[in-house]
Amino acid sequence: MPAQPDLAAGRLSQAEYARNFGDIKPPLSPQQAPIEASRCYFCYDAPCIEACPTGIDIPSFIRKIATGNDRGAAMDILQANIFGGACARVCPVEELCEEVCVRTAQEGKPVNIGLLQRHATDRFFERGEQPFERAAPTGKRIAVVGAGPAGISCAHGLARLGHEVTVYEAQAKAGGLNEYGIAAYKVIDDFAQRELDFILAVGGITLEFNRALGADISLAGLRRDYDAVFLATGQAGVKALEVEGQALEGVRPAIDYIAELRQAGDLAALPVGRRIVVIGGGNTAIDIAVQTKRLGAEDVTICYRRGPEEMGATWHEQEVAQTSGVRIKHWVRPVRLHGANGHVGGIELEYTRLGDDGRLTGTGDTTTLPADSVFTAIGQILIADPVADGAGAPLDIRGGRIAVNDERQTSLSGVFAGGDCIDGLDLTVQAVEDGKIAARSIHSSLTR
Amino acid sequence: MADLRTDLAGITSPNPFWLASAPPTDKYYNVERAFKAGWGGVVWKTVGEPIVNTTSRYGAVEHNGSRMAGFTNIELISDRPIAVNLREVKQIKREWPDRALVVSLMVPCDEESWKTILADVEDTEADGIELNFGCPHGMSERGMGSAVGQVPDYVEMVAAWCKKHTRMPVIVKLTPNITDIRYPARAARKGNADAVSLINTLASVIGVDLDTMAPLPLVNGKGTHGGYCGPAVKPVALRMVGDLARDPECRGMAISGIGGISTWRDAAEFLSMGATNVQVCTAAMHRGFKIVEDMIDGLSNWMDGKGYRTLSDFQGAAVRNFVEWGDLDMNYEIIARIDQDLCIKCGLCHVTCEDTSHQSISALRIDGERRYEVIDEECVGCNLCMYVCPVDGCITMEPVDNGKPYVVWADDPRNPANRVQAAE
Ligand SMILES: Cc1cc2nc3c(=O)[nH]c(=O)nc-3n(C[C@H](O)[C@H](O)[C@H](O)COP(=O)(O)OP(=O)(O)OC[C@H]3O[C@@H](n4cnc5c(N)ncnc54)[C@H](O)[C@@H]3O)c2cc1C
Ligand SMILES: Cc1cc2nc3c(=O)[nH]c(=O)nc-3n(C[C@H](O)[C@H](O)[C@H](O)COP(=O)(O)O)c2cc1C
Ligand code: SF4
Ligand code: SF4
Ligand code: SF4
Repeated sequence: MPAQPDLAAGRLSQAEYARNFGDIKPPLSPQQAPIEASRCYFCYDAPCIEACPTGIDIPSFIRKIATGNDRGAAMDILQANIFGGACARVCPVEELCEEVCVRTAQEGKPVNIGLLQRHATDRFFERGEQPFERAAPTGKRIAVVGAGPAGISCAHGLARLGHEVTVYEAQAKAGGLNEYGIAAYKVIDDFAQRELDFILAVGGITLEFNRALGADISLAGLRRDYDAVFLATGQAGVKALEVEGQALEGVRPAIDYIAELRQAGDLAALPVGRRIVVIGGGNTAIDIAVQTKRLGAEDVTICYRRGPEEMGATWHEQEVAQTSGVRIKHWVRPVRLHGANGHVGGIELEYTRLGDDGRLTGTGDTTTLPADSVFTAIGQILIADPVADGAGAPLDIRGGRIAVNDERQTSLSGVFAGGDCIDGLDLTVQAVEDGKIAARSIHSSLTR
Repeated sequence: MADLRTDLAGITSPNPFWLASAPPTDKYYNVERAFKAGWGGVVWKTVGEPIVNTTSRYGAVEHNGSRMAGFTNIELISDRPIAVNLREVKQIKREWPDRALVVSLMVPCDEESWKTILADVEDTEADGIELNFGCPHGMSERGMGSAVGQVPDYVEMVAAWCKKHTRMPVIVKLTPNITDIRYPARAARKGNADAVSLINTLASVIGVDLDTMAPLPLVNGKGTHGGYCGPAVKPVALRMVGDLARDPECRGMAISGIGGISTWRDAAEFLSMGATNVQVCTAAMHRGFKIVEDMIDGLSNWMDGKGYRTLSDFQGAAVRNFVEWGDLDMNYEIIARIDQDLCIKCGLCHVTCEDTSHQSISALRIDGERRYEVIDEECVGCNLCMYVCPVDGCITMEPVDNGKPYVVWADDPRNPANRVQAAE
């Protein structure tokens, strides 16, 4: 095993970086859009609407594209989902709207709802119009914690209803995982920030950066100072890999490296290992694997302890990984990390199988893969401490998530929550819906 | 392989596919290409007194991404001198003797003009002439084209002049811009025309440019009505052909079917409805002459499959079933059937029947799953759901065996006329 890890920046030419991190799903051309739109049957009781967490009236917006009513199409989307532009790019449509499109049943080829949604919203943003107006001021003040999709969606809903909103964000930038987590080729250029500018332009929303709940502010303080609080902190923590050698240098949570990549001005300056091992089976595992491969890593292997069907990543994501040249190794689990001079150099894996009791067991056989970097993508967790209420009753947390009812109301009066910090799909589109519902609930609780 | 040879009023061609009189047939160069591609005949672009064309000339209807579903033009007749046209006609006929070559003519409505041009055409040894009484735009303002075709007396008069002054078969091309196609056709018959061809284009405005606020196609900010053709007009043409085929007063006069014919199947329909051959314009202008290969091949394969050896084996076969409404069976009953295994749950059958028809398809949720079911007692058998359903064969219309006899409206007890009699 080489003593020195092979980590290097600038493995590719500028043209290769540009190609590898360009739009993974290029937009429809103005000629293609109406033709694709005309494939939609304009279903009655359309299954796609039901499958969209934000309930966008899909047949309606698609028909408007077909008739050339571009503005109307975009408004149908944005009324239901203020992050319609981001969702068009990042939604796993193969398991949401497009999975149930009747054309999937008919011919295995759904209407391309995601790309049509992107077409409509892109066109609209090009016009630079601000379509939303705020209702008369209510004099109510609401605190939102976390400027990810859930927090911003809620803030936008509340601002439109005439409330004043302050958003507290631990980072120096808004957007949450839209800005720090989503794979770079899904949201290219500065789209995430442009979309935020559009959303915030409605007015009535003040952003307070570098203000973390639990450190700079407390839930008790917010409840005292505001009429209502919306918690949207996502899952700021990561699960640790509990095996020997986990503290070696070069062993990192995938989302840290992804955040670095998303913020890198110049991808050529970002060091990447030659041989990479990723532990996990969800979309984050796919994202880190594909992105490091596209940065020029030679061998990238995802190690997952079960089979392809059990992977959290959708079939589409698995396909993207495979066509990007990533190897997916099933039925293995990490047992030990090897290293030299404090840096990781390899990983020892044990083969697994399902025992007679249906539970996963190790076979005792092992194999070792060389690795310059090992990324863990075994799940994020809620860091509960900051949301623990200093004063009086603590917030009800269940299964590592903040417990809420259908209205996104927590166990504490005046405190609501949504997005990844509550139990749900852990998708951008669900975070947006949670924020939308919470805004309505807060509004009705304050105007009752 | 089926025999596709055709004889229209003595004009023979190796197959029934002719190019209609229009830009595809307006000079030696195109017609030679057409014959090389396999077209059985052409009707030369209408020749007559010199004219000048405008720019632009065409307009089109695009439907759901499908181009040229309907087509329009504001073009006049040939803009080249008569002598040049006829010289080329003569040359091509000599080089392609087995193909039909008919010259379309349009001259002012006086016997002398017709007599003069007929002599010149005869000299080319063309197979026949077609009288363009159809052009609905431009020429009609000068008292020609549809201005003649809309007055049966003129049609008869001009047809008679032509029969008098030429030995060539005379085809009268009819305009659809009239109330009842039988009148001009009967007039052509009285004037001893050998055949009619129909339809010429429909007077129309294809669209309006909402920016300049002028009808299309635009000619320097203004528009005029044009002649509509292409796939969209086929149903109009088919009906008119059928009307003539079953008209006793037109019996014996051959019909050349024109209007929206793009495929062998369209052609087979026209022939079944009584046409002897067909003419094509828009389909060729949309995709070029090569389409004729499939027209020939497809028709012949279909005929082989049906056991038809010659065109006359099925020509006119649908005419006897083309009846008046009053001859339909009032007791015939069908109802919709949904094949649940094919259904993709788009709900269109339900919502369209619910909103616009007879509320005969229920929208159910069974264990959360969508299910659409026909309410047999309510279904009137109108066919709407079958046509809106996007899945082929998913909704079928099944005959109901009600044991009732064939009864036409005149004999139907539900006819108020019969009820009055019964009360007496
Ligand atoms: C690598 C990765 C890839 C993904 N890819 C996709 C995808 O392709 N498609 C998709 O739909 N979803 C994807 N997701 C999931 C999606 O990003 C999340 O579901 C979504 O961002 C959740 O939104 P949120 O607002 O609840 O949380 P977040 O986006 O996590 O935002 C939370 C915000 O709260 C702030 N915050 C946290 N703690 C505090 C505190 N104590 N005080 C103040 N502020 C705080 C954070 O800084 C952050 O800005 C991905 C997730 C990851 C990790
Ligand atoms: C551009 C254009 C020019 C035409 N010019 C003539 C003409 O000069 N003489 C004529 O009899 N018909 C003319 N027609 C009518 C066609 O011959 C034909 O009757 C009509 O287009 C319907 O057939 P289609 O649907 O196959 O196009 C013209 C049609 C078009 C589109
Ligand atoms: S938001 Fe996502 S799930 Fe909803 S319609 Fe758009 S792409 Fe589909
Ligand atoms: S299910 Fe498919 S076809 Fe039906 S409305 Fe939705 S997108 Fe259109
Ligand atoms: S129109 Fe056809 S596919 Fe659609 S619900 Fe009705 S039967 Fe099913």
